[in-house]
Amino acid sequence: MSLVVQDLTVDIAGRRVVDGVSFEVPDGARVGLIGESGSGKSLTALAVLGLLPDGAEASGSVRWNGRELIGLADRELATLRGDEIGIVFQEPRTALNPIRTVGRQIAESIRIHEGVSKKDAAARAIAEAARVALPDPERIVARYPHQLSGGQRQRVAIAMALACRPRLLIADEPTTALDVTIQAEILELMLSLVKNDGMSLVFITHDLAVLSQIATHGVVLEDGRVVEDAPVSQLLTTPSSPVTAGLLRDATATLWRPGGAE
Amino acid sequence: MSAAMPVGETLVSARGLTRRFPAPKTRLIEPRAFTTALEDADIDVREGSAVGVIGESGSGKSTLVRLLLGLDTPTAGTVEFQGRRVEASAPARSLHWLRRETGIVFQDPYASLDPRMSVGRIVAEPLWALGIGGDRRARVREVLGDVGLDAEMADRFPHEFSGGQRQRIALARAIAHRPRLLVGDEPLSALDVTVRAQILELLGALRRRDGLTLLLVSHDIGVVQSLCDEVVVMKDGHIVEEGPTEKVLLEPQVAYTRRLLASIPVIEPGAS
Repeated sequence: MSLVVQDLTVDIAGRRVVDGVSFEVPDGARVGLIGESGSGKSLTALAVLGLLPDGAEASGSVRWNGRELIGLADRELATLRGDEIGIVFQEPRTALNPIRTVGRQIAESIRIHEGVSKKDAAARAIAEAARVALPDPERIVARYPHQLSGGQRQRVAIAMALACRPRLLIADEPTTALDVTIQAEILELMLSLVKNDGMSLVFITHDLAVLSQIATHGVVLEDGRVVEDAPVSQLLTTPSSPVTAGLLRDATATLWRPGGAE
Repeated sequence: MSAAMPVGETLVSARGLTRRFPAPKTRLIEPRAFTTALEDADIDVREGSAVGVIGESGSGKSTLVRLLLGLDTPTAGTVEFQGRRVEASAPARSLHWLRRETGIVFQDPYASLDPRMSVGRIVAEPLWALGIGGDRRARVREVLGDVGLDAEMADRFPHEFSGGQRQRIALARAIAHRPRLLVGDEPLSALDVTVRAQILELLGALRRRDGLTLLLVSHDIGVVQSLCDEVVVMKDGHIVEEGPTEKVLLEPQVAYTRRLLASIPVIEPGAS
């Protein structure tokens, strides 16, 4: 169960925004895509998922388990998403439907992919809510997104993404909109779920500290190109690209130093 | 980096500052409910100091600075600027004296600059609005230089600039009238890390050069650690801990501060 991206390009209105990106996610690996805004990290992920906005065109190759995803029919991609590849976005408020209870939304993602009865799906939704450590799962499934906190909403989004036990989770800045104490909880939750299930992870972030906590491998992007691809411990100690070195230097300048200022 | 600055007398002082907002109604007939954004807060900001206000969303950080700047009226409590009472409920013109002494930079440089105004007009606006005379165009050129922009940029419009440059423009506007207190409400949060490091350095340099007093609201503790010599920790509308930066951040006394600090991810090669 591996993802192999080769020479991926994305053009929007004649502008090349992703330019020949290649990287691999072997089975069970946790890969971080890192870069500043506009570096092409989100578009790379959307291209893998077949979720590019209208007017954007992808070419190159994205192989999931040997199967080519570029050019695959929307129907087949839709089955793949959720079933084999789960997605979590930055802002749970926009990812969730405001007029449906969270239980129904989790149940729906199960029903679409597994064809179980409404009743069974509803029962499963409670179990899934418990799995992402939502408090009082039996009662929380009856609530609406606006009745939950930001961290709880992100847990719901994770429950939906993982309900069908995908083999790959793609998370696009899933903790950026959250407070730090909540961020720490969500990162811990994602890491434990991914490790327990032996899932692969593609984690998109602009934050090197978050990267170091969650990924084993890092792909650094700038202006739509991969500038470095290496194990995270190497990226953070002996970066080979000046881009990575710059990111590291600037992040260190504004980063919290538990040991105090030098 | 928090270089020792000569710290003077109290510039801003608040006592028993409280702000309640009416809670949204959920039924047609119900007793009036309130949410308390800030409760019984005391704070002193001394001239020349740099004070960081940290805490999570909803902790009351922004409410506190809005009250200190007279942008909102407290439900209870008082604010004094250099011993003079700030009456936020009075007509806007009667607070001109306070506006001359203070400048503010907000989080989102895409929202805080009027797209129809040239950069020169944006930066000159406080000079006009506060009736500050002299050669305004010269002052605009000078202050654009102070924030690392070219004087020629005065003729251009906000959309022609990147996020970091826009934040420099917002900063130029905030200091154009030579305030003594500069307030930043998450001024670095929307920026990429390279730009963030630059603006951080710029704030530090301006502070050292002009002896600006700085009040910085941030959920980013690294920024506060680099720039501020005092820290105020807020939670649920209360100030839970305050003191010198090194002391509060390195030897926190309150359980909440410890939990907050422990949650911040650090760059740890080989952690995962």
